[in-house]
Amino acid sequence: MSIDTETAAKVAKLARIKVDPADLPALAGEFNTILGFIDQLNEVDVTGIEPMVSVTPMRLKRRTDTVTDGDRQKAVLANAPDAREGFFAVPKVVE
Amino acid sequence: MSSLNTLTIAAARKGLRAGDFTATELTEACLSAIDGAGTLNAFVHHTAESARVQAGAADKRLQDSAEAPAMCGIPLGIKDLFCTKGVPSQAGSAILNGFRPEYESTVTQNLFDAGAVMLGKLNMDEFAMGSSNETSVYGNVINPWKAADGTDLTPGGSSGGSAAAVAADLCLAATGTDTGGSIRQPAAFTGITGLKPTYGRCSRWGIVAFASSLDQAGPMTRDVRDAAIMLGAMCGHDPKDSTSVDLPVPDFEAALTGDIRGKTIGIPREYRMDGMPEEIEKLWSDGTAMLKDAGAKIADITLPHTKYALPAYYVIAPAEASSNLARYDGVRFGHRAKLAPGDGITEMYEKTRAEGFGPEVQRRVMVGTYVLSAGFYDAYYNRARKVRALIKRDFDTVFADGIDAILTPATPSAAFPLGIKHDDPVQMYLNDVFTVPVNLAGLPGVAVPTGLDHQGMPLGLQLIGRPWEEGDLLNVAFSLERAARFVAKPAKWW
Repeated sequence: MSIDTETAAKVAKLARIKVDPADLPALAGEFNTILGFIDQLNEVDVTGIEPMVSVTPMRLKRRTDTVTDGDRQKAVLANAPDAREGFFAVPKVVE
Repeated sequence: MSSLNTLTIAAARKGLRAGDFTATELTEACLSAIDGAGTLNAFVHHTAESARVQAGAADKRLQDSAEAPAMCGIPLGIKDLFCTKGVPSQAGSAILNGFRPEYESTVTQNLFDAGAVMLGKLNMDEFAMGSSNETSVYGNVINPWKAADGTDLTPGGSSGGSAAAVAADLCLAATGTDTGGSIRQPAAFTGITGLKPTYGRCSRWGIVAFASSLDQAGPMTRDVRDAAIMLGAMCGHDPKDSTSVDLPVPDFEAALTGDIRGKTIGIPREYRMDGMPEEIEKLWSDGTAMLKDAGAKIADITLPHTKYALPAYYVIAPAEASSNLARYDGVRFGHRAKLAPGDGITEMYEKTRAEGFGPEVQRRVMVGTYVLSAGFYDAYYNRARKVRALIKRDFDTVFADGIDAILTPATPSAAFPLGIKHDDPVQMYLNDVFTVPVNLAGLPGVAVPTGLDHQGMPLGLQLIGRPWEEGDLLNVAFSLERAARFVAKPAKWW
């Protein structure tokens, strides 16, 4: 499976990372090196094997469905690049 | 008292309790050592003032109570991956520029509750993605061990700052994290001890996430006893991390009897790689002989899927990273790109992430995005998770057959020069060939320094234990350490 520049551009778009079109061929080349390495996995017989979900055979703990934290607007917004009037501010999302 | 910074945790504990010196004196000795070691670039955020306050509080606690915890008054370096309240926590990335957490990670909180002192934050590969500490926004860390010809060497990664700081006596010990070898490989490259506990032993809460099913925090220390002491203070059940195990914390130090008679040590044949340097072969067979002399039985074992651990890791880790790192979007914390007129929210995401993430992080996020994308999820991600199940089954089988611990080399080479492995990302990935299977199987692993190569650079062996049996594992490591008598230190040039 070989990745062309068009696929590399699509992946960059999905990952929300701006890549200069001039850099796409090099990026596609790196993907191909890494995916070529990963392709060794096709040598393994995985018939009847369940994909691993959790490395420790442990039942997730349950707790009562109650509020345990909250009311920390100031702390939540403290690191925001742009916070106004108690909200995160972002560029216009819909026209 | 200028050499207080060279003490082990155990020696410092003894001296503090006996009143030979104070936590304040101990902290000052480390702060002076840090001031003189800027060249190494290990400490990247300094917290001298709060360290002095913590040391003062530790002194009071030591005075007031004969029962002060083992870590009381011990000065530590903290990897930049740990969120520390009010102190910059950037995971070595530009995208977290200016981020000061409003909360404390569970592991650092546990250490502070035990009276430990934080000297500052330690350099690391960006988001813990790297094996040479060359992907950090703060620049390279330099290994305190120098090559014979004076070349600057990598301390390894991603916990390169932690390893360099402990090896150079800037702190008594440091926290590290290990997703594919990030504690054990740098420990081996700098002649110190590094322990990755069983997955779930230490809470991941407040540690910047890379690959959540693999990440685990652990101690990086001068010796095995210190690793046992520090692990005891770091770990414990945490309701804020659903994968944190609810098991009692044993007294790991009490397990260090040095008696390993009757234990069976497995030597996996698949770890004998083509082209492995003879020095590593010899280190490994010497270590095997040491454990045999100490009364252990040696057994040849097979872990047939070892070869597929790295390719499986390079699907699973980037997949989880692409999901975890989606949160860096320029909205809630960290860097936001300057926008051009007319730019909308998508441009903000794309520009922010292009500016904020370095090349290796971008590469892994995109590989992860690809292997999770429609049409490839089964072929890559699900297949990798099946292979992961087989890798774990290999280990389960040998442990069920009566193997107590497994001995392997920690790394395929000694520390290499900074700047040499950039062209091919896969070449860099091969550094972790002996450590990655342990993360995939969720097992505890420890790197112990046991020898020097022909250039006088440290080399380490790795011991792998049964899940939740860090005490037994550390006891085997303790026995190996005693037999190897590794005492070499880097000559001070910085």
